[in-house]
Amino acid sequence: MVRYLGRRVIAAAVLVAVVSSGALLLTRLAPGDFASELFGTGVSAGSMAQERARYGLDRPIASQYLEWLGRAARLDFGVSIVYHRPVVELVRQRAANTAILALAALLLATAMGLPAGIVTGSRRRGALASVIRGLSVVLLSLPSLITSLVLVMVAARTGWLPTGGMQSAGAWDAGTLSGLADLARHLPLPALAIALPLAAMIERVQSQSLGEVMAMPFALSTLARGVPRRRLVWRDALRPSIGPVASTYGFVLGGLLSGSFVVEVVTAWPGLGRLMYDALRARDLYLVAGCAAAGSVFLALGSLLSDLVSAWADPRVRQRQAGGAPGAAE
Amino acid sequence: MRTLAAASLALVALVALAAPVLAPNDPGETFRAFLYAPPMRPHVVAADGTWHWPFVHPLRLVSRLEQRYDEDPGRSVPLQFFAGGKLARLADDRDGPWLPLGADREGRDLLSRLLFGARTSLGVAVLATLAAILIGATAGGLAGYRGGLVDEAIMRLAEFVLVLPAVYVVLALRAALPLVLPSWAVFSLMAGIFALVGWPWVARAVRAVVATERTKDYAAAAVSLGASRARVLFGHLLPACRGLVGAQAILLLPSFILAEATLSYVGLGFPDTVPSWGSMLHQASDVNVIAEFPWMLAPAAAIFAVTLAANLVIERSSRTV
Repeated sequence: MVRYLGRRVIAAAVLVAVVSSGALLLTRLAPGDFASELFGTGVSAGSMAQERARYGLDRPIASQYLEWLGRAARLDFGVSIVYHRPVVELVRQRAANTAILALAALLLATAMGLPAGIVTGSRRRGALASVIRGLSVVLLSLPSLITSLVLVMVAARTGWLPTGGMQSAGAWDAGTLSGLADLARHLPLPALAIALPLAAMIERVQSQSLGEVMAMPFALSTLARGVPRRRLVWRDALRPSIGPVASTYGFVLGGLLSGSFVVEVVTAWPGLGRLMYDALRARDLYLVAGCAAAGSVFLALGSLLSDLVSAWADPRVRQRQAGGAPGAAE
Repeated sequence: MRTLAAASLALVALVALAAPVLAPNDPGETFRAFLYAPPMRPHVVAADGTWHWPFVHPLRLVSRLEQRYDEDPGRSVPLQFFAGGKLARLADDRDGPWLPLGADREGRDLLSRLLFGARTSLGVAVLATLAAILIGATAGGLAGYRGGLVDEAIMRLAEFVLVLPAVYVVLALRAALPLVLPSWAVFSLMAGIFALVGWPWVARAVRAVVATERTKDYAAAAVSLGASRARVLFGHLLPACRGLVGAQAILLLPSFILAEATLSYVGLGFPDTVPSWGSMLHQASDVNVIAEFPWMLAPAAAIFAVTLAANLVIERSSRTV
């Protein structure tokens, strides 16, 4: 297990390094830079050159990149050109906001999708299962962009929930409790926009997997022995069927980040996605690289987490991982 | 259900092709007196309860400050069908144009923009899907057929792309390129970027099929008859993937439509002058606009309809119940 974890940590480090380097180099190689974005705002050519020199943009790509890499290895991602603040500081705060949103969305999606999948997976017919199946197709066809726009429209017309942002001005001044209550009012709309399509996906995976387990000989023989169906589902079939959902989590996390970008833009949630977008637009390359690094840490953590859940649910996976055979984890 | 969904997908394509005939107005024409005008429903029953040839009530301005209009029940203008090269139009537009879905910020007809926008949005998505299939089938076919190091290299690359959050990759690639480009360049650029993100899905599916198919007798027969490697791969093995590739295409298409909408929504896609579902949604980025003029979300409904139809077409293959 220790060896397995060690390998995973190395793989994660490689992912983070590749993604953030790629983002940095892509932004650096792109035509124009942050200084040329300022062009036409009345900045003289001399001060433009000065600004460039200050952030090392006048040096060859290779030497600039190597210096950045050396510093990044020590977790110093440089200074944001636009915000004039250390990248680490900016990213930490925004990443926490995205993590809150993503976690809430994931919990919400699981709370809706998993029970729904158990219902549709354990019975073929029935009014409830049909309704859930229909709802699932509809939700699957409603991507976060549309869901968030519609939810914002409903919120704006009814005034039930705030239409955007993460907190009201001064909510935290009145104490932690009122701050949290304020957050709880801002959270449902964006979280729901991300969670709804995700819940449909989880429902599908769980439904299919449980259906397959229920068709296995052991399930049939259990039923034949007179064990009630309900007990078969909850006691015997659920655990072996949880693997696929667990392994989709690692994969869902990429979708979660993508979904959260759109939702963050629509609902003005101050998260990593908006920061990355602003940084890309402004050609703020150190900030772009920092955001990419944070995003890839999220991805790596997610896939590790999903592997651990699969291992908990299925001893066969545990053995494969311990034996070091490739396939299951990668 | 499945046939119905497939038929509606075909209908959407047909509607996009026939946009010049179906659209009641020019998509770029601005009606200054009708900014954010509400949808004008055609009526068949008049206020006195009698039946009529389909007609509309012209709009009149109630409040310029709030951009509110209502229908003038006192007047009615009949619709004309198959006249002037249009499916339907007003017999007389002195009281203003017919805006079946309302108007946008510039006073442009939303329905006409939606119809012409379908050409742009679907065009990008179809082009991107074709490109993704071309790249994916070639890469996946090679990986499955050659095996070994080629397989390893291609599939590792594919997995790497699959792991990345697609939206960010698309954003980063698009943001790295010049922002202001002619619309044909934006069109092909977007399709290219989407294909770069989408090919691994196709490659993975094709590789799995080719890897099992090549061990079958018919492949061995072709080889022993002296068929070249390329011929075995492209003539015998890839055709076995047809069904799978078709399903992948139907999955990719709506996600590319959504990708266009997302890019244009955040302002990195088509400019406002080019009608597309995304550039139309861009005007809905303001909360007040969405709240006051919900018909501005019409493109979102169109995206939902196409996605739903696509999901229903492949419903059976994705759910084995």
